[in-house]
Amino acid sequence: MTRKQRRLVLIGSSLAVLAVAVALVLSAMRSSIVFFQSPSDVVERRLAPGTRIRIGGLVKTGSVERGDNLRIRFEVTDGTHDIPVHYQGIVPDLFREGQGVVAEGRIEAGGSLAADTVLAKHDERYMPKEVVDALKKSGRWQEGVVPGARK
Amino acid sequence: MIAELGHYALVLALALGLMQSVVPVIGVRLGDAALIGFASSTALVQLAFVALSFAALATCYVTSDFSVATVFENSHSMMPLVYKLTSVWGNHEGSMLLWVLILSIFGAAVAAFGRNLPATLKALVLAVQSWIACAFYLFILLTSNPFLRLPNAPFEGRDLNPILQDPGLAIHPPLLYIGYVGFSIAFSFAIAALIEGRIDAAWARWVRPWTLAAWMFLTLGIAMGSYWAYYTLGWGGFWFWDPVENASLMPWLAGTALLHSAVVMEKRDALKIWTILLAVLTFSLSLVGTFLVRSGVLTSVHSFANDPRRGIFILAILVLFIGGGLALFAWRAPLLKQGGLFAPISREGALVFNNLFLTTACLTVLVGTLYPLALEALSGEKITVGGPFFNLTFGPLFVALMFVVPFGPLLAWKRGDLFGAAQRLMAAFGGGIVAIAAAYAIEGQSVLASFGVGLAFYVMLGALVDLAERTALFRAPIETVKARARGLPRSAWGTAMAHFGVALSMLGIISAGTWGTELIVAVKPSQTVSLSGYDLTFDGLAQRRGPNYSAEVATFTVRKDGSAIGTMEPSKRSFATRAMTTNEAALMVRGLGQLYLSLGDTKDDGSAAIRLYYKPLVMLIWLGAVIMMLGGALSLSDRRLRVGAPKPAAKSALQPAE
Repeated sequence: MTRKQRRLVLIGSSLAVLAVAVALVLSAMRSSIVFFQSPSDVVERRLAPGTRIRIGGLVKTGSVERGDNLRIRFEVTDGTHDIPVHYQGIVPDLFREGQGVVAEGRIEAGGSLAADTVLAKHDERYMPKEVVDALKKSGRWQEGVVPGARK
Repeated sequence: MIAELGHYALVLALALGLMQSVVPVIGVRLGDAALIGFASSTALVQLAFVALSFAALATCYVTSDFSVATVFENSHSMMPLVYKLTSVWGNHEGSMLLWVLILSIFGAAVAAFGRNLPATLKALVLAVQSWIACAFYLFILLTSNPFLRLPNAPFEGRDLNPILQDPGLAIHPPLLYIGYVGFSIAFSFAIAALIEGRIDAAWARWVRPWTLAAWMFLTLGIAMGSYWAYYTLGWGGFWFWDPVENASLMPWLAGTALLHSAVVMEKRDALKIWTILLAVLTFSLSLVGTFLVRSGVLTSVHSFANDPRRGIFILAILVLFIGGGLALFAWRAPLLKQGGLFAPISREGALVFNNLFLTTACLTVLVGTLYPLALEALSGEKITVGGPFFNLTFGPLFVALMFVVPFGPLLAWKRGDLFGAAQRLMAAFGGGIVAIAAAYAIEGQSVLASFGVGLAFYVMLGALVDLAERTALFRAPIETVKARARGLPRSAWGTAMAHFGVALSMLGIISAGTWGTELIVAVKPSQTVSLSGYDLTFDGLAQRRGPNYSAEVATFTVRKDGSAIGTMEPSKRSFATRAMTTNEAALMVRGLGQLYLSLGDTKDDGSAAIRLYYKPLVMLIWLGAVIMMLGGALSLSDRRLRVGAPKPAAKSALQPAE
């Protein structure tokens, strides 16, 4: 093989691998990325049933209902709109009414969310960033006041 | 008093660092031997001052001096001594001090053990090392002073974040930092070579041990972090593709590529410019990792503070070093003497392939990690890029890489014999196919996972075939084999071990991820649940007290085939000071698999929600990482690589090529 051919092989295979990687990234971007929405977004954007989203807000006070087999229903609110969420499994230790929560799952026909993941904040002082942003957007966020935090 | 001493020592270290940044460069310019030798002594004194500073901070923690703000924020007088010590780096300020401590240890090590380095190269390396150190000293002194005093000393501290009160997390940051910071040496060598405008195979020989050492610690640090996440987060996951994890994975991938390309450079005097670039990129990714974790752009357990000044400062460091490094590269690299080209089918070619896939895989991780941040900054849309994305992008690239791994060591330098290598790998192919069939026969379900198992076995057998070939096992009399095994360079054993380890980890990931079983259920006392042949009886809940927490402990008796094999006690710890609970999963090792039990909500009637998992072969994930690390250690102990080993004599050219 001449020097030129060797260089061509090297450059050609590099470009080929890179092209494959770009194709993989682009296709994965289309299929496996989940958008974050606040409850108001869900209502206003009329998301199609089946859309996979992540939703964040506060667990509405008085909305938690526990059923059999670790089934749980609750509403996520940003103060303007409420979205019903149902989930089967163990919710995090700091999942409480009035506290920040993030749920991921699919939108159902009635506008509720069938969640397969429920995340809560780690400790009293910390609020998921997404929840803070959702509350700021709806104007319910007061700097320095963590809703629901115990004194 | 002690805190002020520590603060002052750090200021002195900065002053020394500034001198070390400038004087050697002038010395090299002027050709003045005294100025060139200057850095070797300052690097040692710098270490002394940083160590003093760190010791001062540690003393404040151990003596619970709550007049120091960081001690008040992160410690508690009731905490066990070991956690008082580890809380030194369990917060932003202290962890940055640890970072510069390790940086100065590496700098001092180059000064002390780099006797065989050319004087000018050594001086420049230490100068560049000092630029990095100064940037971080300034960062600490200006934005994150760990020695800040409170006007009124409180009586009690606010306790270390309970999640961090764990032996795993106690050693995770130092390991990770040794890895991150260790790559700074490769960076400094690269920058020094670019400044000197001279680079040869010997350069790679000097850089390799440092890179290898850093890589070993990073490997162990990542594995440690993953095991910690596995048993504390309570749902049995071992890798989350969380940006913070990716931040450590990216330098690992680039560092692995660097290790391999440095081999080509050392043996064949080729890939020189690429190796320099990789050295710059690897440390750049370590800095990106630091930025992601420390700046607060991500909100997670790791970002202790959200001070925007810090973020901007680290971003400035990032831009300065990455931008500066790459600009210098763009300017000087074309002036360097090009290395030779080589045939695509050869050891070099295989290593290029390795580099191609590792860096591309690293790129996909980088895209997946930064894209959400970029998108949010540009459009305000928030997205999550999680496991599915990386499985679809990183996964295929890594699989392709694994397929080629066994070929590399079997191909000769210069011109390899692909067909011959394939022939010698027949046993590995065969073993892989048998493994596919066996996995499918035993577990069924996922054909893809069965192929993954086959691939893992093929790589493991490939590593063994490589050793068998080198020692002429089955071909020569046993005495010859023994003699050849003794004569085999340790780096060859190390390579085989590291490749074996990767495959082992892969096997663990596939098995635990695909064939693990789970049961999420609420149980009443004396109720029995069954999973994968194990019967667990819930004996009840109890309250226990720890030194600075109270725990709710559930006791389960585990039976297999009717006979009791032990008890599992998952618990939840409540830390009053921070009003926080942590989840302590119970683990029972069964062969290479594990039973995993974590406690969810409990009710007043004594019932409890539990998560129960059986994860077959899960231990292999971390065992594989440890084997990789040991392979690195074996390779590092190779005479030819030893730091400070005498310069190889001319006869080394006669040594058989590997």
